Amino acid sequence: MNDIFDLNFAISILPSLGQAALVTIQMTVAGFLVALPVGLLLVCLRLYTAAPISYATIGVMEFLRSTPLLAQLFFMYFVFPLWGINISATMIGIIGLGLHYGAYYSEVFRGGIESVPRTQWEATTALNLSPSRAFLRIILPQALVPVVPAIGNYLIALFKETPILSAIAVAELMQRAKVIGADTFRYTEPITLTGIFFLVMSLLSATGVRWLERRMRKGTR
Amino acid sequence: MVRFDKVTKAYGDFVVLRDLDLEVAANEKVSLIGPSGSGKTTVLRTLMTLEPIQGGVIQVDGEPLTHMQQGERLVPADARHKRRMRGKIGMVFQQFNLFPHMTALQNCIEAPISVLGLDRDEAVERARELLRLVGLGEKNDHYPSQLSGGQQQRVAIARALAMRPRVMLFDEVTSALDPEVVGEVLAVIRDVGREYNLTMLMVTHQMGFAREFSDRICFFSDGAIVEHGSPDEIFNNTRHERTQQFLRAVLAGQ
Repeated sequence: MNDIFDLNFAISILPSLGQAALVTIQMTVAGFLVALPVGLLLVCLRLYTAAPISYATIGVMEFLRSTPLLAQLFFMYFVFPLWGINISATMIGIIGLGLHYGAYYSEVFRGGIESVPRTQWEATTALNLSPSRAFLRIILPQALVPVVPAIGNYLIALFKETPILSAIAVAELMQRAKVIGADTFRYTEPITLTGIFFLVMSLLSATGVRWLERRMRKGTR
Repeated sequence: MVRFDKVTKAYGDFVVLRDLDLEVAANEKVSLIGPSGSGKTTVLRTLMTLEPIQGGVIQVDGEPLTHMQQGERLVPADARHKRRMRGKIGMVFQQFNLFPHMTALQNCIEAPISVLGLDRDEAVERARELLRLVGLGEKNDHYPSQLSGGQQQRVAIARALAMRPRVMLFDEVTSALDPEVVGEVLAVIRDVGREYNLTMLMVTHQMGFAREFSDRICFFSDGAIVEHGSPDEIFNNTRHERTQQFLRAVLAGQ
């Protein structure tokens, strides 16, 4: 009990933490899979609709980006039930991450879309492609290539932000570490292991993103 | 086939086309020449509906292009009418504008499949044939970045032809090319003009080609046609000071 870091205790809690780490990864992937279409929808509404809808979209986006994720989560967790809307903490976590990062992704996508030369749109007009077809088949694929690194970096940021879900008791890694700490009065090992997990995963992913970035650069002209 | 009726096009206060009248018969090959900024490229861009016009009416194949008949009146065309009319027109751009993430073949089948509704096999077969016509039968699976400028422009011509247009627009299609590949692109345009019943409008600085290939030359200056006539009339017997000046300057440089 007097050791600063009890290795045996650390090993004994690994399976439990490992299970929770899996939940963390699941939340990350689910949040990402919601954020991408949300981002795409937001950017399309912003760029390709009439002024009122476009401005409303900008408002929504700014709201999502400029209020703390924690506040958004708490609102859904504590206030929605008062209105008779009951969503599980897991779902709130996924929706919260998805909307929050969707707003960031919409800005990333906008950068990519605006980097595609206007003449590509003109070519689609000359070939009589419908606007939606032109966007999906011609513009979007070109817009995504340069922003792959940014998409990856926001994915890592999203991953690192999942501990915030412990505030609404989603059984992810940080929540599990807190519970173990509360049960055993030993916080050093679970919190340290949690930190190491995030560090290792983030470093690995960052390497992955850099590798992808190099590959994409080679693939383009 | 194509008729401009008092067409005016302006960017704010800057008038690019002023009450322009122009008539091009079916199957006619017309070259538009003149100093830069004289409005000749704008003629093609308004025809392709890339630019709106502020006055007058453009007719293609006997129908208004940017307007439609509503009872007795002409009203601005809706998206559906514009898409139907655009189907009659193809365009090749100065900068090729190929889709860089698609191979030569994919560039040529995308629109035929999604717009003309061809099934994939048929579209591929036609695209192969067209790429062979422009001398790129071996390059079907190359991406634009793997092709020279001249080859890219020939793919762009095949891509436009794949939509079976009745009118083809060529907008300074050799201006971005290295001098040694200009000939191969012009040769393709010559072949295309022979093989297909196409009305062709081309903006060009290649006076030799314009002279040999065109049925008629239109000389533009300041948003208007100063004169038009057969190549012989324009190049050998022009009566206009402006035309003479322009031709002297251009031919001195070539």
